[in-house]
Amino acid sequence: MAPFINSSIGKKVIMSLTGIFLLVFLVVHLGINMLLFVSEDVFNAASHFMAKNPVMFVLQHVLALGFIIHIIYSLITSYLNMKARPIGYAVIDRSKSSSWESRNMLITGSLVFSFLVLHLINYFFKMKFGDVEIESDFVLVTDLFGVWYYTAIYIVSFILLYLHLNHAFQSAFQTLGLNNSKWLKRWKVIGTIYALIICLGFISIAACFFARSIV
Amino acid sequence: MISTLNLTLKIWRQAAPKAKGKFESYHISGISTDCSFLEMLDILNEKLINEGKEPVAFDHDCREGICGMCSLYINGRPHGPDDDITTCQLHMRKFKDGATITIEPWRAGPFPVIKDLIVDRKAFDKIIQSGGFISANTGGTQDANAILIAHDDCEESMDAAACIGCGACVAACKNSSAMLFVSAKVSHLAKLPQGKVEATKRAKAMVAMMDELGFGGCTNTAACEAECPKSISISHIARLNREYLCANLMD
Ligand code: SF4
Ligand code: FES
Repeated sequence: MAPFINSSIGKKVIMSLTGIFLLVFLVVHLGINMLLFVSEDVFNAASHFMAKNPVMFVLQHVLALGFIIHIIYSLITSYLNMKARPIGYAVIDRSKSSSWESRNMLITGSLVFSFLVLHLINYFFKMKFGDVEIESDFVLVTDLFGVWYYTAIYIVSFILLYLHLNHAFQSAFQTLGLNNSKWLKRWKVIGTIYALIICLGFISIAACFFARSIV
Repeated sequence: MISTLNLTLKIWRQAAPKAKGKFESYHISGISTDCSFLEMLDILNEKLINEGKEPVAFDHDCREGICGMCSLYINGRPHGPDDDITTCQLHMRKFKDGATITIEPWRAGPFPVIKDLIVDRKAFDKIIQSGGFISANTGGTQDANAILIAHDDCEESMDAAACIGCGACVAACKNSSAMLFVSAKVSHLAKLPQGKVEATKRAKAMVAMMDELGFGGCTNTAACEAECPKSISISHIARLNREYLCANLMD
């Protein structure tokens, strides 16, 4: 096992598997957030379940581990990849050969991570460990979307996440070897659709509650 | 009508592997647009020799796109501003009069500069030596149709076998990854019955050698495929990943 994990492909497989795990998590998260549109009570019930249920307690740790491994391996591989070219080029034109997203995963990833930290401070810790018992998670969420700059940061973060996911999705399957000349294009299209649904989904919630707060 | 170009060339000059290199500028005029890029460099070198200066060292051999010797990172792209060609197939009509052309060697840790624009690509040979072959007892030639191979497999194997080992994939990749080269070499054998026998051993040995030599990892940007003169598809990289994963799962 050790030679496999230490190989360049092995490290990428780890990135890919943790990445796919996070892709699934995003779907679940969006599903629950969509309940905000249903009603206050339904969302509160779901949110309460997610925060206090023992199974969820275990899953939260698995999720955190998924993030941590994904991030650590991204740093390791990025470092090794930079080391592979000790002397760089004076003139570089990669615009014709590869997409911006694919070349800047570390940047989009880091920015999404900064958002994640903000997000955890704003919601997760409050919902889970808040001193004052929060009356309603629904109110907590919707109140924050009333703050214009928070909503702006939120929307920008999801645009960055879109860029990250658009490359990530097809890349994950390519790394696992689940690809061939036919599926190359298919994974790309499926990946773009997935990234669009996720990001537009989250953005629509933010935009909607912001709009409600000003009217 | 033949038109001619006046150009400024910014060329990487480095006397020896350990020497400190730098860019030198050269002006060259009256270059025909029908001229090939390497012929343009020949004209420059003739001029330099006549002036008693050291000519620019660059790799070339067949000059018809089949040997993979010619390299050069031209204006930020391996093999310059045209698709699916090697540098020897690049024509000066792709450049505008008065342009400045920056010419650099391939840049990657495992491809150290030997002189000027020439890099040492022995790393690729080492990867091939680690497993890019089949072991067969020689003897009488077999009947051509003794081993049947499906047409699609045959075609895909031939596509992969088109790799000329030029190293443009490594030069193009932001990670200096050699995955396209290695995947082409693994694929063209993996698709044929003769190559299947040693497939798992081969994938493991070649990837291990690639890592050991210090090539970067693949992040699927696909720049290699776009810059490869033989249009080797990244679907071969997926196959290599698959072969490598399966080889390790079988242990
Ligand atoms: S895969 Fe393409 S770019 Fe890489 S060495 Fe082979 S022919 Fe050259
Ligand atoms: S010199 Fe042989 S491929 Fe260019």
